[in-house]
Order: sequence, then C-alpha cells, then structure tokens
Amino acid sequence: MNRFITVIALFAVSLPASAGPTAIVNGKVHTVGPQGTIENGTVLIVDGRIAAVGSDVVVPEGAETIDAGGKIVTPGLFSPYGHLGLVEVSSSAGPVDYSQRGEQFTASFDVADAYNPRSTLIPINRIEGVTRAVIAPSPGYPDETGSGHIIAGLAAIVNLGDDDFLDQRAAAMVVVLGEGGASLSGGTRTGAWLMLRNALNEALDYREHKGDFERGMRREYTHSMTDLDALQGVINGNVPVIVSIDRASDIEVLLKLVNEYSINAIITGGSEAWMLADELAAARIPVIVGPTANLPGNFDRINARLGTASILAAAGVKIAIADSDARTHNARNMTQSAGNAVAYGLDWDSALRAITLTPAEIFGMAASTGSLEVGKAADVVIWPGDPLELTNYPDAVFINGESIPMVSRQTLLRDRYLQSDKPPAYRD
Amino acid sequence: MQFLLFFPEITNRVPGGPVKSISVALATFVLFAAGCAEETEDKGSVAFESRYEGLAAQTTLITGATILTGTGDRLENADLLLVDGKIAEIGADLSMDDADIVDATGKWVTPGVIDVHSHLGVYASPGTQSHSDGNEVTSPVTAEVWAEHAVWPNDPGFTTALAGGVTAMQILPGSANLIGGRGVTLKNVPGRNVMDMKFPGAPHGLKMACGENPKRVYGGRGQAPATRMGNVAGYRSAWIDAAEYRDKMKAAENGQGEMPKRDLKLETLVGVLEGEIIVHNHCYRADEMSVMLEIAEEFDYKVGTFHHAVEAYKIADLLAEADTCSAVWADWWGFKMEAFDGIRENAAILDQAGACTVIHSDSGIGIQRLNQESAKVMGAAARVGMDIPPESAIRWITANAAKSLGIAEQTGTLEAGKMGDVVVWDGNPFSVYSKAERVYIDGALAFERGNDDVNPVTDFTLGTAAAAGGAQ
Repeated sequence: MNRFITVIALFAVSLPASAGPTAIVNGKVHTVGPQGTIENGTVLIVDGRIAAVGSDVVVPEGAETIDAGGKIVTPGLFSPYGHLGLVEVSSSAGPVDYSQRGEQFTASFDVADAYNPRSTLIPINRIEGVTRAVIAPSPGYPDETGSGHIIAGLAAIVNLGDDDFLDQRAAAMVVVLGEGGASLSGGTRTGAWLMLRNALNEALDYREHKGDFERGMRREYTHSMTDLDALQGVINGNVPVIVSIDRASDIEVLLKLVNEYSINAIITGGSEAWMLADELAAARIPVIVGPTANLPGNFDRINARLGTASILAAAGVKIAIADSDARTHNARNMTQSAGNAVAYGLDWDSALRAITLTPAEIFGMAASTGSLEVGKAADVVIWPGDPLELTNYPDAVFINGESIPMVSRQTLLRDRYLQSDKPPAYRD
Repeated sequence: MQFLLFFPEITNRVPGGPVKSISVALATFVLFAAGCAEETEDKGSVAFESRYEGLAAQTTLITGATILTGTGDRLENADLLLVDGKIAEIGADLSMDDADIVDATGKWVTPGVIDVHSHLGVYASPGTQSHSDGNEVTSPVTAEVWAEHAVWPNDPGFTTALAGGVTAMQILPGSANLIGGRGVTLKNVPGRNVMDMKFPGAPHGLKMACGENPKRVYGGRGQAPATRMGNVAGYRSAWIDAAEYRDKMKAAENGQGEMPKRDLKLETLVGVLEGEIIVHNHCYRADEMSVMLEIAEEFDYKVGTFHHAVEAYKIADLLAEADTCSAVWADWWGFKMEAFDGIRENAAILDQAGACTVIHSDSGIGIQRLNQESAKVMGAAARVGMDIPPESAIRWITANAAKSLGIAEQTGTLEAGKMGDVVVWDGNPFSVYSKAERVYIDGALAFERGNDDVNPVTDFTLGTAAAAGGAQ
C-alpha cells in the first residue's frame, strides 16, 4: 500500500513545469481547423497555448524541439459524454459519484465537486489521447420507494491535466427520456415528458416571480429553489440539455418541446435519430453517436443500425462520436468508435473532427480547444500512424502544453509482470 | 444394461454425438424405457441432439488471397477450395471445374471466428425482463440447467454476429451461480429451434463462476455463499456430491447396491469428472484462478478455460502448465473490483508464455468485432516489444477458441478435411476499416455483405432497419 501511494506521489511531482516553448516539428499535422492537414508541419507551443501551426513556422531559439519524424499530429481527443473522475470501480466498491439515488437533488446535482483528477482513470485515458472530457451525472435510479427524477443534474467539462482541471461547470443539464425516463417517472414516457414540462414551467414561473416566491406570495413548487436556480440556465438557453433518448417518436416530441421552450438540446443515444436526420439538422440539435450500437436493446432502439454517424453527418447534423463503452473507463476507445464510423460510411476527416473539434463546439469550448489553431490550448497528440487504427497508441500527449508522462497504473502493472527477476511484490 | 448406458466409454458411442455426456446417455435410457427409441443408431434419436443440417454448400474456389490459416501460417496470393462443405485444399493456382470462383485478390481469408463466451439467445435483444434467461438465480449450484433450453433463435444478435465473421459460438449461462449450468456450442445458422443450430459433436460446457457475482447475489439474500470462502466451500461440496453419485453408479454396475435415482444436477457434474463436459470458469483474479486449479486437482477434473481472466497475465506460467485456456477481453476493466487490474497486454503476455489464449466477447456488440479486440492487443503488445503478427493473433479467435470448446478437430483452422468455416475479409482483419465480406459455414455462403438474397433475417427484425441490412 505504501509503495502504491509513493508511486502516485511520484506522478504528482514528475510533471515538467511549463518552461520554455516547445516545437513539434516534422509532423503530418491534422489541424482539424481551417489549415487542414499540413505535411511536414510544425506546432509551436508557448505558455500552454498554440503559438503557431504551419509548414514554415520559425522555431524560436531555445525551444524544446520534438521531431515527430513524419508521424501524425492531431488535437487531443474530446470525450463528449461520460463519467471520468467520478468513479474508480463501478460496482460494489464505494461511491459512484455520477449516480444519485431518488429525487432529493435533480437539476442542481453538480458532478464537478466530485471530480477526482488523481483518479486512476485519468492517466489510463490521457496517455491514449483523451485530453478533455464532458463528465456527466447519469440518469440515476429510483430509490426504495420508486421515486426518481428524469433530470440527473449538471455536467462539467474537465481537462485531463493535473492542474486547473475544471474547464467549465454547468456545461450541460442531463435529462433522460424515453424508456429510461419512463422508469423514473411512474412507468410511462408520458410521465417523463410531464416531469420535464413541469420542471421547465416551474423554472419559468420562478424566474418571473422569484421575489413573490421568496415573500411567500407565490404557490409552492415541486422543485427546490436550488433546483429551480440550476434550471435558469436551461430556460435562458445558456445551458444545453443532454437528452438521453432513442426512439424516433420521442425525438419528434423533443423537437416540438425544444421549440416551445426555446431550449438547446443535445441528443445522446439516438438509435433512431437517423430516421429524423433532416429534422435534427434543421433544428440544429447535435447527436452524440455510438457507431457500433446496432442491436435493439429495447423497443426504443428497434431500428438501431450501423451507419448512423454518416447518415446524420450527411444531413448536416453535428455529431460527436463515442460508443457507450468508450465513455468512462475506456473513453480512450473513442478512436475505435470513430474508426467504425468510417467503416460504415463516414469520411475520415469528419470522424476525426467528431472526436475533437465537434464535441468542443457542441459544448461551447471550440474557442479554446478542439483543433490545432493559434491561440487555443495546446492539447496535442503525436501518433505513430492513423489514430483511428486499432494498433496505434500515442507516442506523446500534451494537455495545455504540458507533456504528459506516458505512465498509468496499467502500464505499471504491465511492466511489473513483464519482469521475472524477483517475486512480483518486489519488482518495480 | 442400465449401467452400460450410463457410461458410454465402456459401450458403443451413440452416433451423432462423438462426445457423449452421461446425461445424453441417460436420456437415451429414458427413451428406451418408454419403448420409443429403438433407433439408437440414427442421428436425431436422442433428445436434444444436434439436428443441424447446414445450408446448401457450394463448391467454391477463393483465389488470390492473403490467407491466415489459423495454424500459425500466412500464405500470400493463395487459393482455398471448398468442396462438399469441407476445406478440400489450400495452395497456389488451384483449379476446380464448376466451382464458384471468388476473386479475393487484395482480400484476406481466415477461419471462421469463434466466440467461446456469448449469451446470445439467453439474454436476447430486446433485453427485456422477459428475455432474461441466462441466470437461474434460485440456488448457487444449478448444474441441472442447460443454456440450450432457453436459446431463442430469433435473437437479432445472431445475424449481426454473422456479419462479424462469427461461424460458431458457445452460449453460456450467466455468472450469478457458483455452478450455473451447461453451455452449448452452436453453428451460427438460423434455426427454428436450438437443435437446428447445435454444433454436431461439440461437447457441453459447464459454466462455473468465481468471485464477486455469486457472493453478491446470494450473500445479499443472507444465504451462502456470502464470501469467497463460501464460494469455494460451495464448489467442493458439489464435487463431493458428484463423486459420491458416480461411485454409487459404478458400484451398482458391479452389482453392489441400487442405481441411484437420476439426478440432473449430479449427472452434469459427473460428466465433468468423466472428462466429457468442459469446465468454463468465469474467474478474474489470479489468486482465485489458482485456488480453482487446486479444486480441480482435489477432485481430479480439468479447468478447460478461465473466462474473463482479467489477471491471467499474473499467472501465465501456471496456466500454461495446467494447459488451461484463458478467454479474455482486450481492455475491459474497472467495472468491478476484481476487474481493476485489467491491462491491454493480458492476452499478449499469456500468448508469449505459451498459454492457450482466446479473445472472447460476452457481448452482443463485442462479438461482432473480435478481430478488432485482437488488434488492440497486438498494438499494445508491440509497444513493449512483443511482436505478434496477424498469423499468430488470428488464433485467439479461431484455433484457440476451437480448442477451448473441444471442437478443434472439426474447425478453427483452414486445413484440408476440416469444416468449411471461412471468412473473406475486405482487407487486413486487424484494421478497424475491414469488414467480413463473405462468411462460409460448412462450405455454404451464409453471409455476403449487402446481399439481401443471402443474408438471414430473424422473425423479430422483420420490418426494421436491421431487416433492410442496416444493422450489418
């Protein structure tokens, strides 16, 4: 145990301070920005930001130079939805900080306070290229009395660096509808819609009559003041709602509701979203797609299929990509998800964009991350080959310009068991 | 007479089932008693026997391919000939009159993919409570139940797995119980019932489970097992009962005492002790797998395969020595405590130690891409200097899987005389972009990408996107 703590402590001090400029030279740079792909490109990092990108960048004297040797350079991966840093072990091993039982807290449940930047999951995922992540509450589950709520609470955006890791609180509100929503609202999807409408209506009423409410001159609300405060961002259009929803008919209801309340929605799940691709494009509702989710896990997903990513993209829907099992412990597998989207019709550049810049856009972070553009945070990954290919793992990762040690608890285990000189407990 | 039927190793084996479990022999006996099973020589005369007939096989010549044989070889610009459902020949410049010619220039050919750990049919899609048929969570030892009695052939997962190149798979009970019941190996063809799909001659498996699941399920009810200690006591007690049952039957055969009443639970366990049913043991931790090997030693049976085996890399030498396979994921980890030490190099370290290594799915989604899971391991292994070429890695999802299931004599490699279970990939199967283009099962074209005339559609998916080919 002491040895383990020592190792963790070593991690904490082994990060190099952001000293002088760093130049990654001689890379095939996929900027995912207006500069497109640059052969023999240079990415210059100064003070944690990208200072220059191009084929004719002058590397300042004294800059640390990393020769990419013609390898691939991309922006860091942006995990569009998951629970990184909110869990170590999912089952029977302590709190799972994204899943709140019952309905004591709903909209105000903010996962940011539970985020652990020292979680074992962070190194495991960042050394494979994940540099930013949406960390979300999950829909939760009913308590012993069967009470639950379809509003799970507030998601945050973090970077997977060690310092200043919280990029944005209240980045989105998570709501579950459809079959999942039904299970939390008395057994019907209508109940789920009513629950959502009631919350939005109360938030609107509260906005207009907050003073009266505080003076006891307004009716009681079913939601607490903290929850109604948290919903203000949603009804003001500042906080998008991540809606977990699959069935086409539910998405049709969502399209109407979004219009009615002037809220911004982001769909996750979306098994049948491909059937409404044009409508979603017109309504500017992005979809977080799991490209391999082709089985009808329930009757909401009866028309689940492959190729959803390419169908939505072709219609002009903004897509972020991560399969459901590529969102937390294995968020790193979002490259595999993207590769499978390509296998079923999405063009490669769009696939890379769907795991970098597009999720940053969807969550309002594109001004500061998501592509290799001057002024953005230096989240950069050097790959030995095509990042979507299964056999390629990063050679180097930078988050906010910091070079990430390519060490995780898994690499330590691996290296220990590749030795045989001493009993395992006495090896490195 | 009775006893002869109980112990087929001392009588003639009943045709149609090269590995005759005692229970099948028992079933035969029951039918005899009822006077309705005079045709013991006929295939299909035994209850629950395979009635697999296969699709219509074509004489097919696949030419110009990169062939991974599953025996460790990689052949370039090679041809493969399928005749009468079997692999007839592999080599250069083959020819055959009247064969369907498949130009596989630039394509790759491998044995059919085999998944040793699937719950298709017993946890079918849609995953409603009504379809929850994989765990008989009513007692920690339910050796008497058989997965095949719950397999729903209309699970849409069978056809999507087919599009992933899967030609055979073992359907297992779940892991709630210490001993969960019998698994069944299927050919991935449509059937009206499970008998139509059963892999001819494949032995049964016995699902066992270590660790967290049984103790959580039963401990949560205030009954045994509530700890790993209780788990082990549960297995040992079961084997003691089985050995006693076996001994009573043997004694009765020798005229000592009466034949015990037929016991479904114990006859399955005796099948393991007699080496006719293969143990498939869900087990994560290295220390627990080691304990399970001790139990096998105590009761003189063999652990065929540890499933999941997330920590197998810690005891690769012990597993190699025991000739026990490990069926693992590429990278699943952390979903419970006993999965906390998962590493991507697990399969590679096992392979390099000479242990039988299998990549499995345990997932209706994962089964569609066992090639991709293997590729992730190859890449991870290469980072630490373990170079595992495609011709080796393909064995994890073909030959080694066949060994795990006891069907290596029939399938799992591309060798003359074996079943014509073959996949034509549109590129290197270890690329994320490659897809199975054609899948042959016993020499019959079972799947052709995009060809609605060839590809099966389950009853359940009629009228959906899947029926239109969207799910493949």
